[in-house]
Amino acid sequence: MNKEITNAVQLTAEEFMYPGNRACSGCGLSLLYRIGLKAMGRDCIFVVPPSCLTVAQGLYPIAATQIPCVNVTFASTAAAATGVRAALKAQKREHTKVVAWAGDGGTSDIGIQALSASIERDEDFLYICYDNEAYMNTGVQRSGTTPKGTITTNTPIKGKLQKNKDLPAIIAAHNPVYIATCSAAYPIDFYNKIQKAQRLKGLKYIHIHTPCPSGWGMAERLSITVGKLAVTTGLYDLYEVENHKKVLSGPSAKLLKRENLKQVSEYFKTQSRFRALSKEQIEEVQTEVDSKWQEYREEMA
Amino acid sequence: MKDINFDIMTSNSKPGPGDAGRTGSWRVVRPVIDYEKCTAAKKQKSICHLCWLYCPDGVVTKEIEPKIDLDYCKGCGICAEECPVNAIEMVEETGPSEEEE
Amino acid sequence: MKIIESGNVAAAIGVKLAKTQVIAAYPITPQTPLTEKLSEFVEADEMEAEYIAVESEHSALAVCIGAASAGSRAFTATSANGLLYMSEQVHWAAGARLPLVMCVVNRGLGAPWTVWNDHQDSISQRDAGWIQIYVNDHQEIVDTVIKAFRLSQTVSIPVMVCYDGYYLSHTYMPFDVPEQDKVDVFLPPYEYKHTLNPAKPENLNTVTMPFSRLDTDGVAQPSYMNIRYNLQQELRKSIDVFKDIDLEFKGIFGRGGDSIITPYHCDDSEFIVVSMGSLSNRIKDVIDQLRGEGIKVGALCVHLYRPFPDEAIVNMLADAKGVFVFEKAICYGNQGPLFSDIKAALYTQEKRPLIHNFILGLGGQEIKNVDLYDAIKQSCSAPETDNDTTRWLGLER
Repeated sequence: MNKEITNAVQLTAEEFMYPGNRACSGCGLSLLYRIGLKAMGRDCIFVVPPSCLTVAQGLYPIAATQIPCVNVTFASTAAAATGVRAALKAQKREHTKVVAWAGDGGTSDIGIQALSASIERDEDFLYICYDNEAYMNTGVQRSGTTPKGTITTNTPIKGKLQKNKDLPAIIAAHNPVYIATCSAAYPIDFYNKIQKAQRLKGLKYIHIHTPCPSGWGMAERLSITVGKLAVTTGLYDLYEVENHKKVLSGPSAKLLKRENLKQVSEYFKTQSRFRALSKEQIEEVQTEVDSKWQEYREEMA
Repeated sequence: MKDINFDIMTSNSKPGPGDAGRTGSWRVVRPVIDYEKCTAAKKQKSICHLCWLYCPDGVVTKEIEPKIDLDYCKGCGICAEECPVNAIEMVEETGPSEEEE
Repeated sequence: MKIIESGNVAAAIGVKLAKTQVIAAYPITPQTPLTEKLSEFVEADEMEAEYIAVESEHSALAVCIGAASAGSRAFTATSANGLLYMSEQVHWAAGARLPLVMCVVNRGLGAPWTVWNDHQDSISQRDAGWIQIYVNDHQEIVDTVIKAFRLSQTVSIPVMVCYDGYYLSHTYMPFDVPEQDKVDVFLPPYEYKHTLNPAKPENLNTVTMPFSRLDTDGVAQPSYMNIRYNLQQELRKSIDVFKDIDLEFKGIFGRGGDSIITPYHCDDSEFIVVSMGSLSNRIKDVIDQLRGEGIKVGALCVHLYRPFPDEAIVNMLADAKGVFVFEKAICYGNQGPLFSDIKAALYTQEKRPLIHNFILGLGGQEIKNVDLYDAIKQSCSAPETDNDTTRWLGLER
């Protein structure tokens, strides 16, 4: 389980999640969870707050997940994971990995306090934020990571007025032992990153951009296509940060050599949640993306 | 101490499939694989497996001739969309299934 | 071995003797010295525990919930607004049937801000499903903390040990430190029925339905309401369990036996003064004074408040002519909480005493013995006057 893999053939066929669960058809979280568990193995304990994953993991008394898990209150994911790790340490069962899974709402908004403190205390667990860019479980309300201009059920006409938080940057500023950004559309990349993270001690943070057909307003079959577009337009970057050093990964690193990335408008037009974006707003985003990549080329090429 | 009998009930779930029932009933289209186009089936080698990789529900098998568990396939169509050789077609579920007939 | 120490230290010693494995700590007056002492024990290697200085009380109880779910003995302590901040978790821990112990060092709630003592904080959580015990002195603090760990894991319900901020937390009293080897006999290692275990994976505290559902073996599993009914049933059963545990403690350590209520001259009294916490000590002095004047008055101190020991209380009070309940909390918009509970318990009795309610000491407002004396003497002399009335004692004139 230690070598990096490059394709699906090398992935174990063993499944750790049962089908017939309540994840939406075409759910990006369902995919990343399924592949992520292959990277983690069975010697784990999960901590999950109210979120899409709570429902996907099953309603009482059937668990779709095959991993032991404790459901906790919304704000307390990182704190409960701290407690689980402390208990395992006290019982000298430290080989068991602790993984906290929370959505963007549960991480960037209500859960940020506990997470920030857990990094400051350098607790030993993996924290995964699956970012579908809204409170999807409660029906698509805006969150701290919802992009500016997005139509959600509580920004229903004008779209969200504020720019989203750069949550990975906030976490990176805490300097955890490992922080990485991933996408559900690039499962091999996050498989490798999870494996790498699990080999490290301390608080590891992985942020996974998670396409959501239900909430983003696109055909279910396009989850991967749209997820990839977010990366290939340069809007969402895959990277790792260790010791303050940021390194672009795989699909994003490839973009460094390219002079012309796909236009962000190609990404925005695939999803009805962006229908309220004006030409000016899209141009604004394009300018930001262009200057970001210009900086990257200067720093990293 | 007197004998105490405490049930200590909580909501603790045990692992198993079908929490949402037979989710195959959700779909309006189902995937059909053409093994003459499928790379692994054609070459009779364990290669590609992208339909298995990208299935959110894990209902595609990792076999040289991949099979789909129609009891649980939600018909999302990601497998068809991602297949590099267009070997999977999403077919309308208009009539009753063989069993139902 | 007898030592002289503060109430907070007594509690910390109890936690240490119980070999607690995970401690979550967040500072709040007047609890802070308790968790400070625990940090001393841990850093001096007198205790083998994971000590986590969390960033809020909500997280403090979250750490305990995580730890208890994963199979370790956990503890935290708080007061007032800290308890309220973790209120969601308090309800959670009870519903999750976790064996947890928490000390609440009683302090009044904001707004307005106060750091001084009353019972409003723990009273506000009395309906959460925890076992709630109010103690009177430092010996009771250290003994009850140890009994609480034993009780919580026997019935798998969390236990709140409440003691008065400043009156007990910061004053010094002599008390006996229970011997470690005897505590080890009394308190077996931590156990929780649903401990998280990769060898036997389960998903804990999942979403329930308003009806029963079949599990993967086709066996019907309970609805939310049925699970909550089980909590209520087993919470009520824990009264007897606590009595037994207390007697067992008495057998080993030579003290105890009045875990639920402590009567003082109740058997030959017409009038009984009821209270909880350290106020009961003051009231006993006043009772002595009044009995010296020939007034047939006694006192009843209630320790176990939740589950409410209605049977024990009714046995003690039903034959009295007058019952006078003094408490440091109020159910706003209604009457005192202990008063209301006692009245309800007496409702179906053929003979019911006249009953008075006194609210006092909120936000640590001074309680003068002379005020207690006057109020009790007045109530004894004219119990029909102001029957079933709530009066506030010690308000500034």
